[in-house]
Amino acid sequence: MSEEQIKNLEAQFEARIARDEKIEPKDWMPEKYRKTHIRQMSQHAHSEIVGMLPEGNWITRAPSLRRKVALLAKVQDEAGHGLYLYSACETLGVSREELYEQLHSGKAKYSSIFNYPTISWADMGAVGWLVDGAAIINQVPLCNTSYGPYARAMIRVCKEESFHQRQGYEIMIKLANGTPEQKELAQDALNRWWWPSLMMLGPTDAESIHTEQSMKWKLKRKSNDDLRQQFIDQTVPQAELIGLTIPDADLKWNEERQSYDFGEINWDEFWQVVKGHGPMNKERMKARVGAWEEGEWVRDAAMAYAEKKRNRKEKLAI
Amino acid sequence: MKNKNLYNYILGIADNSLILGQRLGSLTGHGPSLETDIACTNISLDLFGQVRSYYQHAAKIAGDNRSEDDIAMLRKEREYVNVLLVEQPNTDFAYTMARQFLFDVYHLSFLQELQKSKDLTLSAIANKSIKEVSYHLRFSTDWIKRLGDGTAVSHQKMQEAIDGLWTYTDELFHQTEADKAMVAEGIGVDVTLLKEAYYEKVGAILEEATLEIPESKWFQKGGKKGIHTEHLGYLLAELQYMQRAYPNMEW
Ligand SMILES: [Fe+2]
Ligand SMILES: [Fe+2]
Ligand SMILES: [Fe+2]
Repeated sequence: MSEEQIKNLEAQFEARIARDEKIEPKDWMPEKYRKTHIRQMSQHAHSEIVGMLPEGNWITRAPSLRRKVALLAKVQDEAGHGLYLYSACETLGVSREELYEQLHSGKAKYSSIFNYPTISWADMGAVGWLVDGAAIINQVPLCNTSYGPYARAMIRVCKEESFHQRQGYEIMIKLANGTPEQKELAQDALNRWWWPSLMMLGPTDAESIHTEQSMKWKLKRKSNDDLRQQFIDQTVPQAELIGLTIPDADLKWNEERQSYDFGEINWDEFWQVVKGHGPMNKERMKARVGAWEEGEWVRDAAMAYAEKKRNRKEKLAI
Repeated sequence: MKNKNLYNYILGIADNSLILGQRLGSLTGHGPSLETDIACTNISLDLFGQVRSYYQHAAKIAGDNRSEDDIAMLRKEREYVNVLLVEQPNTDFAYTMARQFLFDVYHLSFLQELQKSKDLTLSAIANKSIKEVSYHLRFSTDWIKRLGDGTAVSHQKMQEAIDGLWTYTDELFHQTEADKAMVAEGIGVDVTLLKEAYYEKVGAILEEATLEIPESKWFQKGGKKGIHTEHLGYLLAELQYMQRAYPNMEW
Protein backbone atom coordinates (compact mmCIF):
# COMPACT_ATOMS: atom_id res chain seq x y z
CA MET A 1 0.00 0.00 0.00
CA SER A 2 1.30 3.42 -0.85
CA GLU A 3 1.67 6.06 1.80
CA GLU A 4 -1.16 7.94 0.19
CA GLN A 5 -3.49 4.95 0.33
CA ILE A 6 -2.73 4.50 4.02
CA LYS A 7 -3.40 8.17 4.68
CA ASN A 8 -6.67 7.75 2.91
CA LEU A 9 -7.65 4.72 4.98
CA GLU A 10 -6.68 6.54 8.12
CA ALA A 11 -8.83 9.50 7.22
CA GLN A 12 -11.82 7.24 6.56
CA PHE A 13 -11.17 5.44 9.81
CA GLU A 14 -11.11 8.63 11.85
CA ALA A 15 -14.23 9.81 10.09
CA ARG A 16 -16.07 6.63 11.03
CA ILE A 17 -15.16 7.13 14.67
CA ALA A 18 -16.20 10.77 14.49
CA ARG A 19 -19.58 9.59 13.15
CA ASP A 20 -19.85 7.34 16.24
CA GLU A 21 -19.57 4.16 14.22
CA LYS A 22 -18.11 1.14 16.00
CA ILE A 23 -14.84 -0.39 14.86
CA GLU A 24 -15.06 -4.18 14.72
CA PRO A 25 -12.21 -6.75 14.88
CA LYS A 26 -12.19 -7.47 11.15
CA ASP A 27 -12.13 -3.80 10.15
CA TRP A 28 -8.95 -2.15 9.01
CA MET A 29 -7.37 -0.11 11.78
CA PRO A 30 -4.15 1.84 12.23
CA GLU A 31 -1.47 -0.12 14.03
CA LYS A 32 -1.34 2.50 16.73
CA TYR A 33 -5.05 2.08 17.41
CA ARG A 34 -4.60 -1.64 17.77
CA LYS A 35 -1.62 -1.28 20.11
CA THR A 36 -3.24 1.39 22.25
CA HIS A 37 -6.33 -0.74 22.66
CA ILE A 38 -4.40 -3.84 23.56
CA ARG A 39 -2.55 -1.81 26.16
CA GLN A 40 -5.61 -0.23 27.73
CA MET A 41 -7.87 -3.28 27.60
CA SER A 42 -5.26 -5.65 28.94
CA GLN A 43 -4.41 -3.23 31.70
CA HIS A 44 -8.08 -3.22 32.56
CA ALA A 45 -8.25 -7.04 32.44
CA HIS A 46 -5.20 -7.33 34.67
CA SER A 47 -6.79 -4.92 37.15
CA GLU A 48 -9.83 -7.15 37.41
CA ILE A 49 -7.70 -10.21 38.09
CA VAL A 50 -5.29 -8.62 40.53
CA GLY A 51 -8.32 -6.93 42.09
CA MET A 52 -9.62 -10.34 43.11
CA LEU A 53 -6.78 -10.69 45.61
CA PRO A 54 -7.46 -7.92 48.16
CA GLU A 55 -11.12 -8.94 48.40
CA GLY A 56 -10.46 -12.65 48.15
CA ASN A 57 -8.43 -12.03 51.29
CA TRP A 58 -11.66 -11.73 53.34
CA ILE A 59 -13.74 -14.58 51.92
CA THR A 60 -12.79 -17.03 54.64
CA ARG A 61 -13.34 -14.42 57.35
CA ALA A 62 -16.58 -12.76 56.25
CA PRO A 63 -18.64 -12.04 59.37
CA SER A 64 -21.88 -13.69 58.24
CA LEU A 65 -22.98 -16.27 55.71
CA ARG A 66 -24.94 -13.66 53.80
CA ARG A 67 -21.85 -11.46 53.49
CA LYS A 68 -19.69 -14.42 52.56
CA VAL A 69 -22.00 -15.37 49.70
CA ALA A 70 -22.12 -11.77 48.46
CA LEU A 71 -18.35 -11.42 48.61
CA LEU A 72 -17.77 -14.71 46.80
CA ALA A 73 -20.17 -13.59 44.10
CA LYS A 74 -18.46 -10.25 43.80
CA VAL A 75 -14.98 -11.69 43.45
CA GLN A 76 -16.36 -14.16 40.94
CA ASP A 77 -17.82 -11.26 38.96
CA GLU A 78 -14.36 -9.68 38.82
CA ALA A 79 -12.95 -12.92 37.42
CA GLY A 80 -15.71 -12.82 34.82
CA HIS A 81 -14.80 -9.22 33.95
CA GLY A 82 -11.20 -10.31 33.50
CA LEU A 83 -12.32 -13.15 31.29
CA TYR A 84 -14.34 -11.04 28.87
CA LEU A 85 -11.80 -8.27 28.77
CA TYR A 86 -9.07 -10.77 27.88
CA SER A 87 -11.38 -12.16 25.21
CA ALA A 88 -11.98 -8.66 23.87
CA CYS A 89 -8.18 -8.21 23.73
CA GLU A 90 -7.80 -11.46 21.85
CA THR A 91 -9.93 -10.04 19.03
CA LEU A 92 -6.97 -7.76 18.36
CA GLY A 93 -4.67 -10.69 17.73
CA VAL A 94 -2.93 -11.16 21.05
CA SER A 95 -3.22 -14.29 23.19
CA ARG A 96 -4.13 -14.46 26.85
CA GLU A 97 -0.79 -16.17 27.54
CA GLU A 98 1.10 -13.24 26.04
CA LEU A 99 -0.90 -10.83 28.13
CA TYR A 100 -0.23 -12.80 31.32
CA GLU A 101 3.42 -12.84 30.41
CA GLN A 102 3.36 -9.03 30.22
CA LEU A 103 1.66 -8.80 33.60
CA HIS A 104 4.04 -11.24 35.26
CA SER A 105 7.15 -9.61 33.87
CA GLY A 106 5.98 -6.22 35.09
CA LYS A 107 5.73 -4.86 31.57
CA ALA A 108 1.97 -4.38 31.80
CA LYS A 109 0.40 -2.30 34.52
CA TYR A 110 -2.75 -2.79 36.56
CA SER A 111 -4.69 -0.42 38.74
CA SER A 112 -2.46 0.71 41.60
CA ILE A 113 -5.28 0.72 44.09
CA PHE A 114 -4.93 -3.04 44.48
CA ASN A 115 -1.48 -2.58 45.93
CA TYR A 116 -3.00 -1.49 49.21
CA PRO A 117 -3.76 -4.11 51.87
CA THR A 118 -7.24 -5.05 53.08
CA ILE A 119 -6.77 -5.23 56.82
CA SER A 120 -10.28 -5.19 58.23
CA TRP A 121 -13.75 -6.31 57.27
CA ALA A 122 -14.70 -2.66 56.76
CA ASP A 123 -12.26 -2.60 53.85
CA MET A 124 -14.73 -4.79 51.97
CA GLY A 125 -17.22 -1.97 52.36
CA ALA A 126 -14.76 0.79 51.49
CA VAL A 127 -13.39 -1.03 48.45
CA GLY A 128 -16.85 -1.68 47.04
CA TRP A 129 -18.08 1.81 47.74
CA LEU A 130 -14.99 3.79 46.72
CA VAL A 131 -12.92 1.58 44.42
CA ASP A 132 -15.81 0.14 42.43
CA GLY A 133 -17.33 3.62 42.61
CA ALA A 134 -14.26 5.23 41.05
CA ALA A 135 -14.03 2.40 38.52
CA ILE A 136 -17.57 3.17 37.37
CA ILE A 137 -16.74 6.83 36.89
CA ASN A 138 -13.77 5.77 34.79
CA GLN A 139 -15.69 3.17 32.82
CA VAL A 140 -19.15 4.49 32.12
CA PRO A 141 -17.81 6.77 29.34
CA LEU A 142 -16.18 3.67 27.82
CA CYS A 143 -19.56 2.13 27.13
CA ASN A 144 -19.52 4.44 24.10
CA THR A 145 -15.92 3.91 23.14
CA SER A 146 -15.09 3.33 19.48
CA TYR A 147 -13.90 -0.26 19.62
CA GLY A 148 -17.01 -2.48 19.52
CA PRO A 149 -15.88 -5.44 21.64
CA TYR A 150 -14.55 -3.11 24.35
CA ALA A 151 -17.70 -0.99 24.40
CA ARG A 152 -19.91 -4.08 24.71
CA ALA A 153 -17.76 -5.58 27.46
CA MET A 154 -17.95 -2.28 29.34
CA ILE A 155 -21.74 -2.18 29.25
CA ARG A 156 -21.89 -5.51 31.00
CA VAL A 157 -19.05 -4.73 33.38
CA CYS A 158 -20.51 -1.37 34.43
CA LYS A 159 -23.84 -2.94 35.35
CA GLU A 160 -22.10 -5.31 37.71
CA GLU A 161 -19.75 -2.66 39.07
CA SER A 162 -22.67 -0.49 40.12
CA PHE A 163 -24.13 -3.46 41.93
CA HIS A 164 -20.77 -3.90 43.70
CA GLN A 165 -20.68 -0.23 44.57
CA ARG A 166 -24.10 -0.37 46.20
CA GLN A 167 -23.19 -3.56 48.02
CA GLY A 168 -20.03 -1.93 49.39
CA TYR A 169 -21.90 1.16 50.49
CA GLU A 170 -24.45 -1.05 52.18
CA ILE A 171 -21.67 -2.72 54.20
CA MET A 172 -20.56 0.77 55.25
CA ILE A 173 -24.10 1.82 56.22
CA LYS A 174 -24.42 -1.22 58.43
CA LEU A 175 -21.09 -0.51 60.13
CA ALA A 176 -21.74 3.21 60.48
CA ASN A 177 -25.07 2.48 62.15
CA GLY A 178 -23.64 -0.29 64.28
CA THR A 179 -21.74 -0.27 67.58
CA PRO A 180 -19.06 2.39 68.25
CA GLU A 181 -16.47 -0.27 67.48
CA GLN A 182 -18.05 -0.96 64.10
CA LYS A 183 -18.30 2.73 63.29
CA GLU A 184 -14.61 3.06 64.08
CA LEU A 185 -13.83 0.23 61.66
CA ALA A 186 -15.78 2.05 58.95
CA GLN A 187 -14.11 5.41 59.58
CA ASP A 188 -10.67 3.82 59.63
CA ALA A 189 -11.33 2.12 56.31
CA LEU A 190 -12.52 5.38 54.77
CA ASN A 191 -9.40 7.13 56.09
CA ARG A 192 -7.14 4.60 54.42
CA TRP A 193 -9.00 4.22 51.10
CA TRP A 194 -10.05 7.78 50.37
CA TRP A 195 -6.84 9.19 48.95
CA PRO A 196 -5.81 6.10 46.99
CA SER A 197 -9.31 6.13 45.45
CA LEU A 198 -8.83 9.71 44.29
CA MET A 199 -5.49 8.69 42.79
CA MET A 200 -7.24 5.87 40.96
CA LEU A 201 -8.70 8.40 38.55
CA GLY A 202 -5.23 8.99 37.20
CA PRO A 203 -2.51 11.61 37.38
CA THR A 204 -3.51 15.21 37.20
CA ASP A 205 -4.08 16.43 33.63
CA ALA A 206 -0.84 18.36 33.46
CA GLU A 207 1.09 15.10 33.94
CA SER A 208 -1.07 12.80 31.91
CA ILE A 209 0.27 11.45 28.62
CA HIS A 210 -1.73 10.02 25.70
CA THR A 211 -4.84 12.03 26.50
CA GLU A 212 -5.46 13.80 23.20
CA GLN A 213 -5.30 10.75 20.96
CA SER A 214 -7.40 8.79 23.45
CA MET A 215 -10.07 11.48 23.39
CA LYS A 216 -10.31 11.21 19.61
CA TRP A 217 -10.74 7.45 19.79
CA LYS A 218 -13.24 7.81 22.64
CA LEU A 219 -11.01 5.77 24.92
CA LYS A 220 -11.21 8.76 27.13
CA ARG A 221 -14.01 11.28 27.11
CA LYS A 222 -13.29 13.43 30.13
CA SER A 223 -10.02 14.48 31.71
CA ASN A 224 -8.72 12.77 34.85
CA ASP A 225 -9.28 15.90 36.89
CA ASP A 226 -12.89 16.19 35.72
CA LEU A 227 -13.53 12.55 36.58
CA ARG A 228 -11.97 13.05 39.98
CA GLN A 229 -14.16 16.04 40.67
CA GLN A 230 -17.20 14.05 39.64
CA PHE A 231 -16.21 11.24 42.02
CA ILE A 232 -15.68 13.60 44.93
CA ASP A 233 -18.94 15.47 44.35
CA GLN A 234 -20.81 12.20 44.23
CA THR A 235 -19.14 10.56 47.21
CA VAL A 236 -18.92 13.30 49.83
CA PRO A 237 -22.70 13.47 50.41
CA GLN A 238 -22.80 9.67 50.68
CA ALA A 239 -20.22 9.80 53.48
CA GLU A 240 -22.12 12.59 55.24
CA LEU A 241 -25.36 10.69 54.98
CA ILE A 242 -23.98 7.87 57.11
CA GLY A 243 -22.05 10.10 59.48
CA LEU A 244 -18.53 9.35 58.27
CA THR A 245 -15.89 12.02 57.83
CA ILE A 246 -13.83 12.40 54.66
CA PRO A 247 -10.20 12.60 55.79
CA ASP A 248 -9.47 15.93 54.11
CA ALA A 249 -9.28 19.10 56.21
CA ASP A 250 -9.43 21.25 53.07
CA LEU A 251 -12.61 19.73 51.73
CA LYS A 252 -15.19 22.50 51.33
CA TRP A 253 -18.29 23.11 49.24
CA ASN A 254 -17.62 25.82 46.67
CA GLU A 255 -20.88 27.63 46.06
CA GLU A 256 -19.61 29.34 42.97
CA ARG A 257 -18.33 26.21 41.26
CA GLN A 258 -21.15 24.07 42.66
CA SER A 259 -18.48 21.54 43.48
CA TYR A 260 -16.21 20.54 46.34
CA ASP A 261 -12.77 22.05 46.72
CA PHE A 262 -10.37 19.51 48.08
CA GLY A 263 -6.86 19.18 49.46
CA GLU A 264 -3.58 18.36 47.80
CA ILE A 265 -3.15 14.79 46.58
CA ASN A 266 0.14 13.17 47.51
CA TRP A 267 1.40 12.41 44.02
CA ASP A 268 4.72 11.17 45.36
CA GLU A 269 2.84 8.31 46.97
CA PHE A 270 0.97 7.69 43.72
CA TRP A 271 4.16 7.40 41.68
CA GLN A 272 5.82 5.29 44.34
CA VAL A 273 3.01 2.73 44.09
CA VAL A 274 2.82 2.92 40.28
CA LYS A 275 6.54 2.27 40.09
CA GLY A 276 6.15 -0.91 42.09
CA HIS A 277 6.91 0.19 45.63
CA GLY A 278 3.48 0.28 47.22
CA PRO A 279 2.67 -1.73 50.33
CA MET A 280 1.46 -4.82 48.44
CA ASN A 281 2.97 -4.67 44.92
CA LYS A 282 5.37 -7.53 45.55
CA GLU A 283 2.78 -9.73 47.27
CA ARG A 284 0.20 -9.22 44.54
CA MET A 285 2.66 -10.16 41.83
CA LYS A 286 3.90 -13.09 43.85
CA ALA A 287 0.35 -14.38 44.19
CA ARG A 288 -0.38 -14.02 40.46
CA VAL A 289 2.91 -15.48 39.28
CA GLY A 290 2.67 -18.23 41.90
CA ALA A 291 -0.83 -19.26 40.81
CA TRP A 292 0.32 -19.31 37.18
CA GLU A 293 3.46 -21.32 37.82
CA GLU A 294 1.84 -23.76 40.21
CA GLY A 295 -0.95 -24.22 37.70
CA GLU A 296 1.32 -25.10 34.83
CA TRP A 297 1.19 -28.86 35.32
CA VAL A 298 -2.61 -28.65 35.49
CA ARG A 299 -2.89 -26.73 32.23
CA ASP A 300 -0.39 -29.09 30.60
CA ALA A 301 -2.45 -32.06 31.71
CA ALA A 302 -5.65 -30.56 30.35
CA MET A 303 -3.97 -30.02 26.99
CA ALA A 304 -2.48 -33.49 26.88
CA TYR A 305 -5.83 -35.01 27.75
CA ALA A 306 -7.67 -33.03 25.08
CA GLU A 307 -5.08 -34.14 22.56
CA LYS A 308 -5.49 -37.80 23.53
CA LYS A 309 -9.22 -37.50 23.28
CA ARG A 310 -8.96 -36.00 19.80
CA ASN A 311 -6.66 -38.77 18.65
CA ARG A 312 -9.00 -41.43 19.97
CA LYS A 313 -11.91 -39.84 18.14
CA GLU A 314 -9.95 -39.71 14.92
CA LYS A 315 -9.03 -43.37 15.26
CA LEU A 316 -12.66 -44.24 15.79
CA ALA A 317 -13.59 -42.26 12.70
CA ILE A 318 -11.16 -44.27 10.63
CA MET B 1 -34.87 -28.99 72.36
CA LYS B 2 -37.85 -31.03 71.33
CA ASN B 3 -36.51 -32.13 68.00
CA LYS B 4 -32.91 -32.75 68.95
CA ASN B 5 -32.45 -35.59 66.48
CA LEU B 6 -33.74 -33.61 63.53
CA TYR B 7 -31.57 -30.65 64.52
CA ASN B 8 -28.47 -32.84 64.75
CA TYR B 9 -29.40 -34.55 61.54
CA ILE B 10 -29.52 -31.24 59.66
CA LEU B 11 -26.14 -30.21 61.06
CA GLY B 12 -24.74 -33.51 59.84
CA ILE B 13 -25.70 -32.51 56.30
CA ALA B 14 -25.00 -28.79 56.47
CA ASP B 15 -21.60 -28.95 58.14
CA ASN B 16 -20.19 -30.88 55.18
CA SER B 17 -21.19 -28.13 52.78
CA LEU B 18 -20.00 -25.41 55.15
CA ILE B 19 -16.53 -26.81 55.59
CA LEU B 20 -16.06 -27.76 51.95
CA GLY B 21 -17.37 -24.36 50.84
CA GLN B 22 -14.89 -22.68 53.17
CA ARG B 23 -12.01 -24.74 51.77
CA LEU B 24 -12.91 -23.82 48.20
CA GLY B 25 -13.49 -20.19 49.07
CA SER B 26 -9.90 -19.78 50.17
CA LEU B 27 -8.73 -20.69 46.65
CA THR B 28 -10.48 -17.81 44.91
CA GLY B 29 -7.95 -15.84 42.91
CA HIS B 30 -5.25 -18.47 43.18
CA GLY B 31 -6.42 -21.17 40.76
CA PRO B 32 -4.45 -22.66 37.86
CA SER B 33 -6.60 -20.79 35.33
CA LEU B 34 -9.30 -18.16 35.31
CA GLU B 35 -11.88 -20.76 34.28
CA THR B 36 -11.12 -23.16 37.15
CA ASP B 37 -11.05 -20.22 39.51
CA ILE B 38 -14.53 -19.19 38.47
CA ALA B 39 -15.77 -22.77 38.71
CA CYS B 40 -14.38 -23.41 42.20
CA THR B 41 -15.79 -20.10 43.44
CA ASN B 42 -19.08 -21.08 41.93
CA ILE B 43 -19.13 -24.43 43.70
CA SER B 44 -18.27 -22.69 46.94
CA LEU B 45 -21.15 -20.27 46.36
CA ASP B 46 -23.59 -23.12 45.73
CA LEU B 47 -22.49 -24.88 48.89
CA PHE B 48 -22.87 -21.78 51.04
CA GLY B 49 -26.29 -21.19 49.53
CA GLN B 50 -27.33 -24.68 50.60
CA VAL B 51 -25.74 -24.17 54.00
CA ARG B 52 -27.86 -21.10 54.63
CA SER B 53 -31.07 -22.96 53.87
CA TYR B 54 -30.12 -25.86 56.13
CA TYR B 55 -29.07 -23.68 59.08
CA GLN B 56 -32.14 -21.48 58.75
CA HIS B 57 -34.20 -24.63 59.01
CA ALA B 58 -32.12 -25.86 61.94
CA ALA B 59 -32.48 -22.50 63.68
CA LYS B 60 -36.26 -22.75 63.49
CA ILE B 61 -36.19 -26.23 64.91
CA ALA B 62 -33.85 -25.25 67.72
CA GLY B 63 -36.20 -22.36 68.52
CA ASP B 64 -33.72 -20.77 70.91
CA ASN B 65 -33.21 -17.48 69.08
CA ARG B 66 -29.98 -18.54 67.47
CA SER B 67 -29.49 -17.39 63.87
CA GLU B 68 -28.02 -19.25 60.93
CA ASP B 69 -24.74 -17.44 61.65
CA ASP B 70 -24.74 -18.43 65.30
CA ILE B 71 -25.09 -22.04 64.27
CA ALA B 72 -22.49 -21.74 61.52
CA MET B 73 -19.89 -19.78 63.44
CA LEU B 74 -20.37 -20.03 67.16
CA ARG B 75 -19.98 -23.69 67.92
CA LYS B 76 -16.88 -25.25 69.43
CA GLU B 77 -14.73 -27.52 67.33
CA ARG B 78 -16.11 -30.68 68.93
CA GLU B 79 -19.61 -29.62 67.95
CA TYR B 80 -18.96 -29.65 64.19
CA VAL B 81 -20.06 -32.95 62.72
CA ASN B 82 -18.78 -32.79 59.13
CA VAL B 83 -16.96 -35.80 57.72
CA LEU B 84 -13.17 -35.72 57.85
CA LEU B 85 -12.96 -35.78 54.06
CA VAL B 86 -14.20 -32.24 53.52
CA GLU B 87 -11.86 -30.61 56.02
CA GLN B 88 -8.71 -31.94 54.31
CA PRO B 89 -6.48 -29.12 53.07
CA ASN B 90 -6.05 -27.75 49.54
CA THR B 91 -2.70 -29.48 49.21
CA ASP B 92 -2.65 -28.92 45.45
CA PHE B 93 -5.15 -28.90 42.60
CA ALA B 94 -5.14 -32.69 42.43
CA TYR B 95 -6.11 -32.94 46.09
CA THR B 96 -8.73 -30.25 45.69
CA MET B 97 -10.35 -32.06 42.77
CA ALA B 98 -10.01 -35.52 44.32
CA ARG B 99 -11.65 -34.30 47.53
CA GLN B 100 -14.39 -32.69 45.49
CA PHE B 101 -14.99 -35.78 43.40
CA LEU B 102 -15.02 -38.20 46.33
CA PHE B 103 -17.54 -35.97 48.06
CA ASP B 104 -19.65 -35.11 45.00
CA VAL B 105 -20.39 -38.73 44.12
CA TYR B 106 -21.68 -39.24 47.64
CA HIS B 107 -23.41 -35.87 47.81
CA LEU B 108 -25.46 -36.34 44.67
CA SER B 109 -26.68 -39.82 45.59
CA PHE B 110 -27.47 -38.56 49.09
CA LEU B 111 -29.56 -35.66 47.80
CA GLN B 112 -31.44 -37.90 45.40
CA GLU B 113 -32.62 -39.86 48.43
CA LEU B 114 -33.14 -36.81 50.63
CA GLN B 115 -35.60 -35.52 48.04
CA LYS B 116 -37.98 -38.21 49.30
CA SER B 117 -37.77 -36.97 52.89
CA LYS B 118 -40.98 -36.51 54.83
CA ASP B 119 -39.52 -33.22 56.06
CA LEU B 120 -40.70 -30.94 53.30
CA THR B 121 -38.05 -28.30 53.86
CA LEU B 122 -35.27 -30.85 53.58
CA SER B 123 -36.84 -32.36 50.53
CA ALA B 124 -37.14 -28.92 48.91
CA ILE B 125 -33.51 -28.03 49.67
CA ALA B 126 -32.41 -31.39 48.24
CA ASN B 127 -34.49 -30.83 45.17
CA LYS B 128 -32.96 -27.44 44.53
CA SER B 129 -29.41 -28.61 45.28
CA ILE B 130 -29.43 -31.59 42.94
CA LYS B 131 -28.97 -29.44 39.86
CA GLU B 132 -26.04 -27.65 41.43
CA VAL B 133 -24.37 -30.78 42.71
CA SER B 134 -24.79 -32.57 39.37
CA TYR B 135 -22.73 -29.76 37.91
CA HIS B 136 -20.13 -30.06 40.69
CA LEU B 137 -19.83 -33.76 39.97
CA ARG B 138 -19.45 -33.20 36.25
CA PHE B 139 -16.73 -30.65 36.88
CA SER B 140 -14.76 -32.78 39.35
CA THR B 141 -15.18 -35.93 37.24
CA ASP B 142 -13.76 -34.12 34.23
CA TRP B 143 -10.73 -33.10 36.23
CA ILE B 144 -10.20 -36.60 37.60
CA LYS B 145 -10.02 -37.77 34.00
CA ARG B 146 -7.90 -34.88 32.75
CA LEU B 147 -5.35 -35.19 35.51
CA GLY B 148 -5.45 -38.99 35.72
CA ASP B 149 -5.10 -39.44 32.00
CA GLY B 150 -3.18 -36.23 31.25
CA THR B 151 0.59 -36.17 31.66
CA ALA B 152 2.85 -38.45 33.71
CA VAL B 153 3.18 -35.69 36.30
CA SER B 154 -0.54 -35.09 36.62
CA HIS B 155 -1.23 -38.81 36.75
CA GLN B 156 1.15 -39.24 39.63
CA LYS B 157 -0.24 -36.26 41.52
CA MET B 158 -3.83 -37.40 41.07
CA GLN B 159 -2.99 -40.94 42.14
CA GLU B 160 -1.31 -39.55 45.23
CA ALA B 161 -4.36 -37.45 46.04
CA ILE B 162 -6.75 -40.36 45.64
CA ASP B 163 -4.51 -42.58 47.75
CA GLY B 164 -4.22 -39.88 50.38
CA LEU B 165 -7.93 -39.19 50.64
CA TRP B 166 -9.24 -42.73 50.25
CA THR B 167 -9.00 -43.38 53.95
CA TYR B 168 -11.73 -40.75 54.56
CA THR B 169 -14.33 -42.22 52.21
CA ASP B 170 -15.75 -44.95 54.43
CA GLU B 171 -16.95 -42.48 57.03
CA LEU B 172 -19.46 -41.09 54.54
CA PHE B 173 -21.52 -44.23 55.12
CA HIS B 174 -21.45 -44.36 58.91
CA GLN B 175 -24.74 -43.84 60.67
CA THR B 176 -25.06 -41.52 63.65
CA GLU B 177 -27.73 -41.75 66.34
CA ALA B 178 -29.57 -38.89 64.65
CA ASP B 179 -29.34 -40.71 61.33
CA LYS B 180 -30.94 -43.83 62.73
CA ALA B 181 -33.75 -41.92 64.38
CA MET B 182 -34.46 -39.90 61.23
CA VAL B 183 -34.36 -42.93 58.96
CA ALA B 184 -36.95 -44.53 61.24
CA GLU B 185 -39.20 -41.48 60.83
CA GLY B 186 -38.87 -41.40 57.06
CA ILE B 187 -37.02 -38.09 57.24
CA GLY B 188 -33.42 -39.21 56.91
CA VAL B 189 -31.46 -41.11 54.31
CA ASP B 190 -30.04 -44.52 55.11
CA VAL B 191 -26.47 -43.85 54.02
CA THR B 192 -25.42 -47.47 54.43
CA LEU B 193 -27.50 -48.22 51.36
CA LEU B 194 -25.51 -45.75 49.23
CA LYS B 195 -22.15 -47.36 49.82
CA GLU B 196 -22.05 -50.07 47.20
CA ALA B 197 -23.15 -47.86 44.33
CA TYR B 198 -20.69 -45.21 45.51
CA TYR B 199 -17.63 -47.43 45.26
CA GLU B 200 -18.83 -48.80 41.95
CA LYS B 201 -19.24 -45.37 40.46
CA VAL B 202 -15.98 -44.04 41.89
CA GLY B 203 -14.17 -47.17 40.74
CA ALA B 204 -15.47 -46.89 37.20
CA ILE B 205 -14.36 -43.29 36.85
CA LEU B 206 -10.95 -43.91 38.38
CA GLU B 207 -10.50 -46.74 35.94
CA GLU B 208 -11.48 -44.55 33.02
CA ALA B 209 -8.98 -41.99 34.30
CA THR B 210 -6.29 -44.75 34.23
CA LEU B 211 -5.96 -44.47 38.01
CA GLU B 212 -5.62 -47.29 40.44
CA ILE B 213 -8.32 -47.98 42.98
CA PRO B 214 -6.62 -47.96 46.37
CA GLU B 215 -6.62 -51.31 48.08
CA SER B 216 -6.20 -50.14 51.64
CA LYS B 217 -8.94 -51.24 53.97
CA TRP B 218 -7.83 -48.92 56.79
CA PHE B 219 -10.24 -46.08 57.21
CA GLN B 220 -10.36 -42.98 59.38
CA LYS B 221 -13.48 -41.84 61.14
CA GLY B 222 -14.55 -39.43 63.85
CA GLY B 223 -15.81 -36.32 62.09
CA LYS B 224 -19.44 -37.28 62.53
CA LYS B 225 -18.78 -37.49 66.28
CA GLY B 226 -16.92 -34.20 66.37
CA ILE B 227 -13.46 -35.74 66.60
CA HIS B 228 -11.61 -34.05 63.77
CA THR B 229 -8.21 -33.93 62.14
CA GLU B 230 -5.83 -31.18 63.23
CA HIS B 231 -6.76 -29.18 60.14
CA LEU B 232 -10.24 -28.19 61.25
CA GLY B 233 -9.22 -25.94 64.14
CA TYR B 234 -7.40 -23.55 61.83
CA LEU B 235 -10.22 -23.50 59.35
CA LEU B 236 -12.66 -22.63 62.14
CA ALA B 237 -10.34 -19.94 63.47
CA GLU B 238 -10.74 -18.09 60.20
CA LEU B 239 -14.40 -18.91 59.75
CA GLN B 240 -15.25 -17.64 63.23
CA TYR B 241 -12.78 -14.78 63.46
CA MET B 242 -15.20 -11.86 63.12
CA GLN B 243 -17.92 -13.40 65.25
CA ARG B 244 -15.42 -14.12 68.01
CA ALA B 245 -13.55 -10.82 67.82
CA TYR B 246 -16.73 -8.71 67.60
CA PRO B 247 -19.42 -10.66 69.42
CA ASN B 248 -23.13 -9.81 69.29
CA MET B 249 -23.01 -7.44 66.36
CA GLU B 250 -24.85 -7.27 63.10
CA TRP B 251 -23.07 -7.11 59.79
FE1 LIG C 1 -14.78 -5.61 37.81
FE1 LIG D 1 -13.24 -2.76 36.46
FE1 LIG E 1 -16.34 -4.70 40.91
